[in-house]
Amino acid sequence: MSSARRGSTILGALALVFILVGQYWGLVKAPPDAYQGDSQRIMYLHVPSILTAYLSFFIVFVGSCLYLWKREPRDDILAYAAAEIGVLFTALTIVEGAIWGKPTWGVWWTWDARLTLTAILLLIFVAYLMLRALIEEEQRAAVSGAILGIIGFLDIPLIHMSVYWWRTLHQPPSILQPDKPPWENVHPSMLVALAINFVAFILLYFYLLSQRIRLGEKQAELRRRRLYGRR
Amino acid sequence: MELLRQACWLLWKDVRLELRRRESLMSMFFFGALLLFLFQFSFEIRQDRVAEMTPGLLWLAFVFTGMLALTQLFQPERENFCLEALLLTPFDRAALFVSKVIFNLILMLLVELVVFPLFAILFNLQYWGLLPSLFAVTFLGTLGFCVLGTLFSAVTLKARARELLLPLVLFPLLIPVVLATIRCLEIILRSGAWSEAYPWLRLLIAFDVIFMTAGYLIFEWVVEA
Repeated sequence: MSSARRGSTILGALALVFILVGQYWGLVKAPPDAYQGDSQRIMYLHVPSILTAYLSFFIVFVGSCLYLWKREPRDDILAYAAAEIGVLFTALTIVEGAIWGKPTWGVWWTWDARLTLTAILLLIFVAYLMLRALIEEEQRAAVSGAILGIIGFLDIPLIHMSVYWWRTLHQPPSILQPDKPPWENVHPSMLVALAINFVAFILLYFYLLSQRIRLGEKQAELRRRRLYGRR
Repeated sequence: MELLRQACWLLWKDVRLELRRRESLMSMFFFGALLLFLFQFSFEIRQDRVAEMTPGLLWLAFVFTGMLALTQLFQPERENFCLEALLLTPFDRAALFVSKVIFNLILMLLVELVVFPLFAILFNLQYWGLLPSLFAVTFLGTLGFCVLGTLFSAVTLKARARELLLPLVLFPLLIPVVLATIRCLEIILRSGAWSEAYPWLRLLIAFDVIFMTAGYLIFEWVVEA
């Protein structure tokens, strides 16, 4: 087993451990929310998954820029992998949000700014995957994807502003408030649960990313061999 | 300046082609008018609600007719290796981008010039005095639409199911333009004043400037890939 593969396996095992501990902490150890009761516990997954999705789209942007600049296939594989996993985590965030929204707000979905923004992000990166899938020529697909990755990322602040001015209903953030330190308005055990889950999601993310990059490299290798024969 | 001069030459080529064939413009006119009829059939627009629905309906008509133009935008270059021939000339690649943006802008503005009064007549609206400000906002929105549209029309040039893919890629990215333009139009129609619309106007201008610059910088990679 190569060292990269071993690293990936260790990452996966660590992610599994953190996920199990995080679920125990979030579901059992942390106290229920004063107003929302148990439904608030989904927050321990919801917040890490959207942060992971953001991280993912940032990696798409970085990979896209690097690819256009240096034309290394490696950067393109990174961007493509990150986009795919980003779509997964964004979709997960929306589903978790809907499950939480039904008992709390009374509706699965509402046209609030942050919800809309997340849905638009999902649409942009689903379009990214479709664009890649529908362009056959390999290098052209990579360049097109890189351009969408960059333009999409540049568009996020503008979409953010426009939908915020349009409407806002989402919970204001309860941890990062400017006037109070987090431990005063949130039970410390809740913060621990959130932190463990956050680490778990980051580990899981990088595990999936490394696996997906390996798959991308194998696919590139396969295409090369089909074109030029075995060397 | 040299860039603009080159863009003018390329634009002249597209305009002459369009003058001789009259394909895009004619189909856009009729499609735009057709949409107005469809709106009436689907919403049964009543006199008391027409003012609040106008900005959205107008923009839907512009966006759909604009899509029609965008899918045809690089059609002349696709045939007979014309794009490759253009790339062989010593033109700046960005000039091609600028010329295509302007060409699409001209097509859409011409359609808008007809659809705006037609809408007022068909739905019995009295916004004649506001037309200059409505046009100004629509111009900014249309420019943003054309900038991103041209860029992705070129990106999807060699994709399978190109006509399907383009709106899928483009619409989510265009949400700031659509929202800002519709809100601006609505504010102007409601109050007749600009002051309330300033944040949205700034957003529109920022969008136009950011993506004009980005398109100008990366178009070279788009056509050469």
